Amino acid sequence: MNVLGFPILTLLTVLPLIGAAFALFSGRHARIVALFTTLACVLIALFIWTRLPADGSIGLVERAAWAPSLGIEYHLGVDGLGGLMLVLSAIVTLMAVDAAQHRVHHMPGLFFGLVLTLEAGLFGSFTALNFFHWFLFWELSLIPAFFLIKLWGGPKRGPAATQFFVYTMAGSVALLLSFLAIFFATTSKNAPGTMDFGQLAQMAASGQLAQMVTAHLGPVMPWLAIGVLAGFAVKVPLMPFHTWLPAAYAEAPSPVTMLLTGAMSKMGVYGLLRIAIPIFGPQIAAMRTPLLVLAAATVVMGAWAAAAQTDLKRVLAYSSINHLGYCLLGIFALAVPAAGAAQQASQAAALNGVILQMFNHGLTAAALFWFVSMMQFRSGGLRGINDFGGLRKPAPVFAGLMGIALFSSLGLPGLNGFVGEFLIFRGVFSLSWMSATVSVLGLLVTAVVILTVIQKVFSGPVPEHWAAFPDLHHGERMALAPVIGLLFLLGLVPQLIVNTINPTVQNLLAHWRF
Amino acid sequence: MQESAAFTPQFAASAITGILWLIPVAPMVASGLIALLKQPRRRLAAGLAIGSLSISLLLSLVALCHVLTGWTHDSAVREFVNFTWFRFGSSTVDLGWVLDPLAAIMLVMVSFVGLLIFIYSVGYMAHDENFTRFFCFLSLFAGAMLGVVISNSLLLLFMCWEIVGLTSYLLIGFWYQKPSAAAAAKKAFVTTRVGDIFFLLGIVWLYSQTGTLLFYNHGVGSLEGLALVNLLSQHAGLGLSAAGAIGLLIFAGAVGKSGQLPLHVWLPDAMEGPTPVSALIHAATMVAAGVFLVARVYPLMSIGAAPHGTTAALTVVTWVGASTAVFAALIAVAQNDIKRILAYSTISQLGYMMAGLGLGGIAVGMFHLITHAFFKALLFLGAGSVIHGCHDEQDIRRMGGLRSDMPLTFITYAIGMLALCGFPIFFSGFWSKDGILEAAQHWDISKGPFYLLVFGALLTAFYMTRQVCYVFFGYNRGEKHAHESPKVMTLPLAILAFFAIVLGVIGTPAWPWFHAFLENRTASFSWRGFAEPGLGLLMLGSSFVVFAGLGLGWWLYGNKTPKPEAPDALEKSAPWLWKPLRDRLYVDELYGATVIAFYAWWARVADWLDRRIWGGIVAAVTWLFGLWAQLNRLLDIDWVDGGFDKTCEGLSSGGGLLSRVEGGRVQNYLRILAAAVVALVAILLWSSRP
Repeated sequence: MNVLGFPILTLLTVLPLIGAAFALFSGRHARIVALFTTLACVLIALFIWTRLPADGSIGLVERAAWAPSLGIEYHLGVDGLGGLMLVLSAIVTLMAVDAAQHRVHHMPGLFFGLVLTLEAGLFGSFTALNFFHWFLFWELSLIPAFFLIKLWGGPKRGPAATQFFVYTMAGSVALLLSFLAIFFATTSKNAPGTMDFGQLAQMAASGQLAQMVTAHLGPVMPWLAIGVLAGFAVKVPLMPFHTWLPAAYAEAPSPVTMLLTGAMSKMGVYGLLRIAIPIFGPQIAAMRTPLLVLAAATVVMGAWAAAAQTDLKRVLAYSSINHLGYCLLGIFALAVPAAGAAQQASQAAALNGVILQMFNHGLTAAALFWFVSMMQFRSGGLRGINDFGGLRKPAPVFAGLMGIALFSSLGLPGLNGFVGEFLIFRGVFSLSWMSATVSVLGLLVTAVVILTVIQKVFSGPVPEHWAAFPDLHHGERMALAPVIGLLFLLGLVPQLIVNTINPTVQNLLAHWRF
Repeated sequence: MQESAAFTPQFAASAITGILWLIPVAPMVASGLIALLKQPRRRLAAGLAIGSLSISLLLSLVALCHVLTGWTHDSAVREFVNFTWFRFGSSTVDLGWVLDPLAAIMLVMVSFVGLLIFIYSVGYMAHDENFTRFFCFLSLFAGAMLGVVISNSLLLLFMCWEIVGLTSYLLIGFWYQKPSAAAAAKKAFVTTRVGDIFFLLGIVWLYSQTGTLLFYNHGVGSLEGLALVNLLSQHAGLGLSAAGAIGLLIFAGAVGKSGQLPLHVWLPDAMEGPTPVSALIHAATMVAAGVFLVARVYPLMSIGAAPHGTTAALTVVTWVGASTAVFAALIAVAQNDIKRILAYSTISQLGYMMAGLGLGGIAVGMFHLITHAFFKALLFLGAGSVIHGCHDEQDIRRMGGLRSDMPLTFITYAIGMLALCGFPIFFSGFWSKDGILEAAQHWDISKGPFYLLVFGALLTAFYMTRQVCYVFFGYNRGEKHAHESPKVMTLPLAILAFFAIVLGVIGTPAWPWFHAFLENRTASFSWRGFAEPGLGLLMLGSSFVVFAGLGLGWWLYGNKTPKPEAPDALEKSAPWLWKPLRDRLYVDELYGATVIAFYAWWARVADWLDRRIWGGIVAAVTWLFGLWAQLNRLLDIDWVDGGFDKTCEGLSSGGGLLSRVEGGRVQNYLRILAAAVVALVAILLWSSRP
């Protein structure tokens, strides 16, 4: 077992499933069940966060034989990266459940049951260290997401859900095929192959893996890398594999959009860091230039596509693509073979920035979709940026708090978004100054997009029918206050996160080979 | 520099340096507290804001005294406190603050002018429903601006710089219900952010080259010997060293903030904000932050210059400054909004400051910054008083004869106007502008900037005379009777007017105290300062230019009282000149037709790519799969017992699932599914026990 003598990661993963089972049969009270379950998960996740190994290695390991002949093992563990993602998933799910209060009249038991199942999928995939086990949870999170969109979504939910499902599934199939090939290649006469991430990473670092794959299957290693990348590229998403996203985000009920953007999109980035880079480092380094071009395109075109939208949720969806583009940019930029000392410092900056950005984007984007859901609730479902105007007047607190979240998304210093983006650019600039110079355009366009939203929604004269637009009531303020507080806290004291992830960053970089 | 102290490891900063952080933090805390106040708590809000800024002013004065007492003829005080913000990899991100002559002078100026404008605002904003919000934003601005001044780290400076930009945005758009104000706020933020993205690139470049963003850090800061030599030895292309290239990127940030060509377009629109905001942020302090920034990173710009020579970076700064000075002054000639004239005048004067930095060094540019801060704040507050007195009228053609209705405002405004024009001997603007002209005269590269700046001086005197004639002379063309403003507004005017006159004393050629202070020289009084070759002639020449401008203005506009609808005197004599100037030389139109059109067009392209190309490919693939599934279904019907391949099986079972979802038995099915998943996981976990 682990240092705690207690399988806390398993507990964390099972808890939402138990909650889901209860929620399923508690009808109207499902939200209370979900609220308590997610709250407990936040506490456990925070506890895990404080018990991570100080040297940044993987801790709290749980291991058990499962199906040894298939290379399948029950192997859990977290480092700073995984731990941070657990905290993020827990917080975002709590926010989503909190935001769902007015939305669900139709089958609340099922709704919250699915949300909790989704949370379990997130926890499972952020803690698994064996491919089979990880893949199970990766897919487990997909199925509830599909049904949440399909059953509670907007008018075009059908095609959106199907596209989301099929697209992500196609990525998953590519992933699965790559790993089956690897399993096959690592199988020898007297020992089964392996699907253990740690083991595979070691074999990849020593060059053994590439040899084995070439011996068994011929020179397919780059294709396997592409298969794995495809799976993650769809999830994050990387342009041009992103077309499922705006429709899915827009059609999903807002609490589910919060989960999709806040937590699920991070599964892709996490997968790149935990699986793709350690195992396929040299292959990714070989494809670095085209990948950087795609990442820069994601940043710039994502922001620009947001500028063309009029539906608030689509604006934010494209803005999410832009923000996660910075993560991809940082990850691909740091894939340089044989880095010197100066480059290592830049890699560390970029990777710290990427992980910070994952957390900050999750928090900010979830908060923004929360605000949108409140606007929809107050306006009877409207969410076009031209549907409103002058809301600062009737709803000053609402405008102020949403403004803070919007400026956090814009990357204003003093709020959480800035530090991650700064570190990413610090790292990327010296690793690939050209992609940094192009991508910096994304910062500008994002600013225009966000200020346009503020201008159209909150400024100008108030139309008569919005003169009584209700401001945030006490309960909403209390629910939002911790989130807004967190935006400030992480902007001013990023040490809270960086101090824990930096050892992990160093540990990861020390083991990666490009 | 206090090198000996700086190199001693146990060097401890003095008490005032230790608590220097309080200067920006006090107004910031006040801002936070005011944000939590309810709207009706006006007195408390104003009290908090003014009280906290008074604390800042007091501490700034103590800091200035400390720097003055430590100043000896060959060394100046430079004390700093650095700390680690966080670590990444094995490097650290350090922040810190610094107290040196540059910071001390700026601190006193910002907190003093700021305090006067805070007091003035109590009167000016008295009837506004968002009074408390106004002081919240103003305090946040003051804190961030003071933060920019004391930063010893380019990163901290950038962070405060952006918050300053935010407050500028919030205050320009303060009357958010006016669509023009909301648009102007957005324009200001976006235009300055264009400069800021270059600034950010400069920062990350500097960071990756030198490994630190601290300016001064015991010899290993980014503005100190080692780092500069390192930067100078790297080539960045286009004949620039890395130092020069980084310097220019940072300068791009300053161009945005200080409204230099070609990013000046936001500043005139920023006049949509309340007038105290225009005075404080868009005249005296924030727009000068760009000039201050260049002065702060001056070593980057000037490294590699031969003695009395210049560098490519400084040449760029000079040309940008000089062209802006003339360009904006030309436009100011043909504007009719009292605040817009002053806004273009500010752009023009900021150009002078930039040119001063490029031509003559830190002290020349900074001296004009300080004197300008006082007389331009005075002019804006005077304009505010006029607007207030004329019942929110801003068009100078609808004013007139106010010298008898608003005598105090008139006298102080006239002083500010004469200082801005550079009226000889008695006004501070004369000395600071002459310093720049003198430096331009001795510039080796080209005499172009000199002639530009002299022409700018002529224009300045002309457009200010035009404005004053329209506003204060002739008879009142407005509809209502004007009234003098309350004491809380006129008192700050009087104080600022006093300084607009006397500040010149500290920077005359006879006693160049200011320059000596910033450049660590001795400042001794000597009339022989005037005896420098060519100086007398220059002073005479520039005085002549000023008189020419004043005379020309009076000749065209003096005491004539044209109807508001009548064409301007200049319009009658030179319509071909008037129209383009009135239309601001079509810069906004140019940007609208190029940059903004491209932005909108490219956004549509991005959207189209998404919907048609990427989405189209996906749709095509989906359609192919659908076809394939149909084919399989046919096969399925034809050969029920036939062999299926794997794809077919997967697809048809998926289809079955979907059909059941749509078949209405969803709830039961999903309950079973969810329960099954839970059960499955439980069984798996059970079976995997060690």
